Amino acid sequence: MIAVRGRHVIVALAGVLLAACGGAKQGSAPAGNSLGKATHAAVPGLTDAEQVLNVYNWSDYISPDVVPAFEKEYGIKVNYDVFDSNAVLQTKLLAGQTGYDVVVPSANFMALQIKAGVFQKLDKSRIPNLKNVDPDIARRFEPLDPGMQYAVNYFWGTSGVGYNVDKIRAALPDAPVDSFRMFYDPAVIKHFKSCGVSVLDEPEEIINTVFVYLGLPANSEKPEDLAAAEKVLMAMRPYVRYVNSSKYIEDLANGEICLALGWSGDVGQAGLRAREAKNGNNVKYLIPKEGAVMFFDMLAVPADAVHPNNAHLFINYLMKADVSAKNSSAVHFASSNAAAYPLIDPVVLNDRGIFPGPEAKEHLVANLPRSQPYMRLLTRMWTRFKSGR
Amino acid sequence: MSGSNGRRWRSASKGSGKRAPGSLLTRPWEPLWQLFHRLRPARWSAYVRDHWIGKPLVTAVPMAWLVLFFMVPFIIVFGISFSQSVLAIPPYEELWGWTDDKVLQLRLHLANYNYLFTDTLYVSSYLYSVKVAAVSTFFCLLLGYPMAYGIARASTTRRNIYLMLIILPFWTSFLLRVYAWIGLLKSNGVINNILVWLGVIHEPITMMQTDFAVYIGIVYSYLPFMILPLYSNLEKHDRTLLEAAADLGSRPWKAFMRITLPLSMPGIVAGSLLVFIPAVGEYVIPSLLGRTDQLMIGRVLSDEFFENRDWPVASAVAIAMLILLVVPIMIFQRYQNRELAHK
Repeated sequence: MIAVRGRHVIVALAGVLLAACGGAKQGSAPAGNSLGKATHAAVPGLTDAEQVLNVYNWSDYISPDVVPAFEKEYGIKVNYDVFDSNAVLQTKLLAGQTGYDVVVPSANFMALQIKAGVFQKLDKSRIPNLKNVDPDIARRFEPLDPGMQYAVNYFWGTSGVGYNVDKIRAALPDAPVDSFRMFYDPAVIKHFKSCGVSVLDEPEEIINTVFVYLGLPANSEKPEDLAAAEKVLMAMRPYVRYVNSSKYIEDLANGEICLALGWSGDVGQAGLRAREAKNGNNVKYLIPKEGAVMFFDMLAVPADAVHPNNAHLFINYLMKADVSAKNSSAVHFASSNAAAYPLIDPVVLNDRGIFPGPEAKEHLVANLPRSQPYMRLLTRMWTRFKSGR
Repeated sequence: MSGSNGRRWRSASKGSGKRAPGSLLTRPWEPLWQLFHRLRPARWSAYVRDHWIGKPLVTAVPMAWLVLFFMVPFIIVFGISFSQSVLAIPPYEELWGWTDDKVLQLRLHLANYNYLFTDTLYVSSYLYSVKVAAVSTFFCLLLGYPMAYGIARASTTRRNIYLMLIILPFWTSFLLRVYAWIGLLKSNGVINNILVWLGVIHEPITMMQTDFAVYIGIVYSYLPFMILPLYSNLEKHDRTLLEAAADLGSRPWKAFMRITLPLSMPGIVAGSLLVFIPAVGEYVIPSLLGRTDQLMIGRVLSDEFFENRDWPVASAVAIAMLILLVVPIMIFQRYQNRELAHK
């Protein structure tokens, strides 16, 4: 449910339309091959007979020169397709026969998808760069894929306060920008109504941020906790302009809104765009002092992938220290690749919103998958929140 | 078929009188052909042609289309609406199954439909969708009628240019055109900037995420679907009727009300249905331009499908929407046809 790392709603809608077609095939791979190929154990160094790889990743979530470099090095043609919401990816995966060889679900979604039998186990002998993984980050997503059998972490990030420094200062000079009070305290958020507030359209993640704010246990499924969170959300609702996971990047960058409950890297990209456009908007991201919700986006291979060998090659390539550093510098999300850290652009590496210090890291909580009955309650509450009733 | 046969028959008999010798060599089948046609019981063959071959042949293609792209998906969705959501590929329970002792079992869950009434969300979204669609249809008609009328009355060359202009926007992606409206309507968008620059307003008007933006989007996108059927109706009107009305002393607006408007009713109905039906289920325009505090039914449906991972309830919403929407429209259309037939 960690949605958009991208700027275009069009991408989201196109994704929705595509997903609505159910098992529509992506890429050129003939489906007939899939069974035979998938049962092959991946052999080190081996590529598939067909030199093709179909990748489905978040929009604006890779450095533009990485895919061409991979294609050149291995002579594999990459069909690179993008989505902007976990729900879209999940709907495609559960419909089956996606035609993709590498997909990037967030870890809490991946945990359910593993149970549904969507993915194949990775052959770790073919991904030697796994040795680069930072154990301090790995221990946090390990519970979602015990033994890390199915997936490799691509990037991780947090959801927190994205804001336009000057506009917030103008609206409320002593605004508590390092706190979730910016959103969840009506006495504070009411000052920002006119300059525009957005919230991510991600119920599982946002409710965890409310739990963090209220000091309740994250991922709680207790009905009374849900009710308490709903009360907080409803109180803030009148001051929120929209609930959406993609529009806010552009809107923060061009000053259309002044405050966003958004993702670390997205706000970073918004700041970058504002600087590039020289429009005077100074956009910043802070991890709230109460703590924050941490998400992990994972590289995984669908069970019916037609080119599993190429998929392993690609995952190993993305785990190379220099490639991971290049991507992290470009997309402003945190790599969990310890070998890449020294190579990352210092502007990104030293941004405490992207790479929080050890103390802030201790306050981060991970999204866990919720039970289906709870999801029903949560989605219902979320619709009430969005519709303000 | 009969046409070509008839023509051939006539031309053959005409030609037989002054046929040059030797034409039998170039067209050796001609005598046989004539014989066959003389012997043929014409009425009987026409009956076969019209009722056994022609009609089914002509309707087969649209029928096959409807069965393949409407009936089959409808039956599949209808089936899923009686299922139950599970964590698997695909994420719903099979309706059919064999029990351990090899008995075919059919499980139908009616709870999905019941569920639609336990939460006011579905009913209120449905009513809101109908309202948005009705208002949009009204404005489409208000704008589209004069445009269609103008085109129908224009000279042939101008008419073609106007029709081109109506159709031209379709060459650009629908998504892009709706997206462009965001650039026009947003707080620091084109319209607000111009108004502020002109000094008409001092603070930008909030137009995005309002009903107003949705109406603009829908009317803009669906206007051609109103204009084209209206135009094709208005274009056929006999102008001598209006001349006769004028000769008899009727004022133009009265002639319009008494002659043109009633005659254009089929065009109005066709255009309105073409706008109203897709507008009720509209998903893209309200998600890009619309309010977040009131969902349209298309958005509710997609939320069930994507966010809730509940295909069965999503299917039930779709079926309920179809029944609530299509049945009244079918009744209305039948009534309308009867009205028109009486006139």
